[in-house]
Amino acid sequence: MSAPNAAATAGLPAVPAGPAAACRTAAGLPRLLAGPPAGPDPQAALADHLNGQGHLPRRLDSSALLAEVTAAGLAGRGGAAFPAARKLAAVRSAAGGPAVVVANGAEGEPASCKDAALLWHAPHLVLDGLQLAAAACGADTAVVCLHGGRQGLRWHLEAAIGARRAAGLDALAVQVRELPPRFLAGEETALVGYLDGGAAVPAFKQHRVFERGAGGRPTLVQNVETLAHLALIARHGAAWFRAVGTSAEPGSVLCTVTGADGSTRVAEAALGTGIGELLSVDDSVQAVLAGGYHGGWLTPGQARALRLSNADLKPAGAFVGAGVLAALPAGVCGLAETAAVVRYLALESAGQCGPCLNGLPSIAAALATLARPRPARAELANLRRWSGLVTGRGACHHPDGTVRFVSSALRVFAAEIAAHAGGRCTARAGAAFLPVPAAAAAESDWR
Amino acid sequence: MGITSSTALWYASRATGVVALVLLTAVLVLGIMVTRKRSLPGLPRFGTTGLHRNLSLLAVAFVALHVLTAIADPFVTIGIAAAVIPFTSPYETLWVGLGAVSLDLMGALVVTSLLRARIGRRTWRAVHWLGYAAWPVALAHSVWSSKDLQHGWLLYLGISCAAAVVLAAAWRLAAALVQPRRAELPAATLARLERTHRPGYARTGAR
Amino acid sequence: MPDRARLRLNPVACAGHGACAELLPELIGLDEWGYPLVADGEIPAALERPARRAVAACPALALRLTSR
Repeated sequence: MSAPNAAATAGLPAVPAGPAAACRTAAGLPRLLAGPPAGPDPQAALADHLNGQGHLPRRLDSSALLAEVTAAGLAGRGGAAFPAARKLAAVRSAAGGPAVVVANGAEGEPASCKDAALLWHAPHLVLDGLQLAAAACGADTAVVCLHGGRQGLRWHLEAAIGARRAAGLDALAVQVRELPPRFLAGEETALVGYLDGGAAVPAFKQHRVFERGAGGRPTLVQNVETLAHLALIARHGAAWFRAVGTSAEPGSVLCTVTGADGSTRVAEAALGTGIGELLSVDDSVQAVLAGGYHGGWLTPGQARALRLSNADLKPAGAFVGAGVLAALPAGVCGLAETAAVVRYLALESAGQCGPCLNGLPSIAAALATLARPRPARAELANLRRWSGLVTGRGACHHPDGTVRFVSSALRVFAAEIAAHAGGRCTARAGAAFLPVPAAAAAESDWR
Repeated sequence: MGITSSTALWYASRATGVVALVLLTAVLVLGIMVTRKRSLPGLPRFGTTGLHRNLSLLAVAFVALHVLTAIADPFVTIGIAAAVIPFTSPYETLWVGLGAVSLDLMGALVVTSLLRARIGRRTWRAVHWLGYAAWPVALAHSVWSSKDLQHGWLLYLGISCAAAVVLAAAWRLAAALVQPRRAELPAATLARLERTHRPGYARTGAR
Repeated sequence: MPDRARLRLNPVACAGHGACAELLPELIGLDEWGYPLVADGEIPAALERPARRAVAACPALALRLTSR
């Protein structure tokens, strides 16, 4: 099949089509990943999409759509799980000129590739959702933001947009912008700052972006997966959307699942699915990371018992986030992995706020010390103090998320910490497991 | 020759001018100390900012007296307009003109500072940089619009003020050159911590 | 009952000068790096004038009084 190979050359894991991509324990899946992946021929891909998913309803009243989205209870799929209907309504009713709608595919989380996979597999769902959101908000500008450096994906998306324009599908022209490949570039104020011509760094604003965002206009920033769900809700309704998932967290979610053998796949699962059904948690698994680098580690027991929902994961010190689930194999040092990730997170700080700029490197240096098998007891007290000092004191949630990740590591790898204090490390393997890309080093890395 | 009522104004103008120059020197040096987060011995942190602001208002008062006595003085023909519109004075057109330039710049600084809560950080900061221009212009005006600072102890006073400003400005420039750019700060902070294992702190805020 | 004001810090503008902590020690402390720890919640009536002074004192204009 040509499409998965094309995806592979763009640096993405292959997204198997059909039932293999879905979680078998819930009927009605896959939804976003149903149908063949969009192939290299844009016209054929558009035709496949329209045949498979159907056209959008002709006369779609914006208030009716908003009511449907509200009833569906769609939450943002970018990590914060903010109710999509509330954001839409806020931008719709905001004064200050015609709105700007942004499909956020920045995906700064290194362990996540579900947004890229979705844009590859089903770009037309995302683009449908973008047009729907634009119409609902009275927007005159539509932008898709991508993770910088993924050339193949940009071409693929622009080809899809071109095919839609030729078919007269889109009321609004869509621009494609590439964001710098920073962890924080997808944060909504950073994204808006970049669109306004500045660096992609978070800002401290008097007003939220849905009141005053890009160019001072109300701006809707929605994850690409959220928009894809929106496109399906417009076709099938709220009741259909709620048919899978839990009542508090309805619908399906795309997950990037990394097994203990290092293989990564993107799967679509209903919220509330047991983590053990998505990831094989056997004796070869030491711990499971849920929610990405701002999420938290779970013990194998927790991973087997808990479900993929914020109701289960938040009390356990993790969260659903952008759907990252990674199994750490036994034989890899969990502390060393955590230290490497936190070092990356510290270097990816925008360097604007004193507590983050000072606290995260301090935490990273302390973790690096703990990761070495050498007695260093004092570090734990320092780590706890610094974790308390940085939470909630930045312009964005970077310090808070990092602290959540660190706290979970101190809890789940407590035995490893004790071993290191005694001069031993239980790990066998030397190579790094979790993906840690090159971090920012200069001003130009943020522009 | 004694001081008559007509020369009193002339002497007052020259004297208040000298005091204003000294005050403006102190204000500039204190402003640099605020940026560098230094406190004066015996004063709390806010003392530096407070003194900078209070002395600047005092300087404005002395400059006002200096200008008004010069205008009122019948000996030299400097009108009100010439005090604010540069290079329109028949007396010492160039040097008095520079005085007017300096006065205008100072006016902009003081007005924007009094209204800083309303005009926002960026605008206020942009205008405040003009302070570095206002001082040398004021010095040129002081040295050449009358011969006072060209000999005697006033010459030494002028040299001392210039030296203080040059040193403070050099200090400020050195700090800006040494401070890493914002995007390099996290890496620089981490490198220092990994190298020394000693706490210190990294500074935010504009260079 | 009129809304009491709250203190709001702009962490991006803040450069850690520390003037605020000096003028309003009841509500603002400093962490080990010199950055302010601002108490949440409404400002008691007795501290309203020192709070205004602290806001005016900040060289970086990072502190604000806000009603929300």
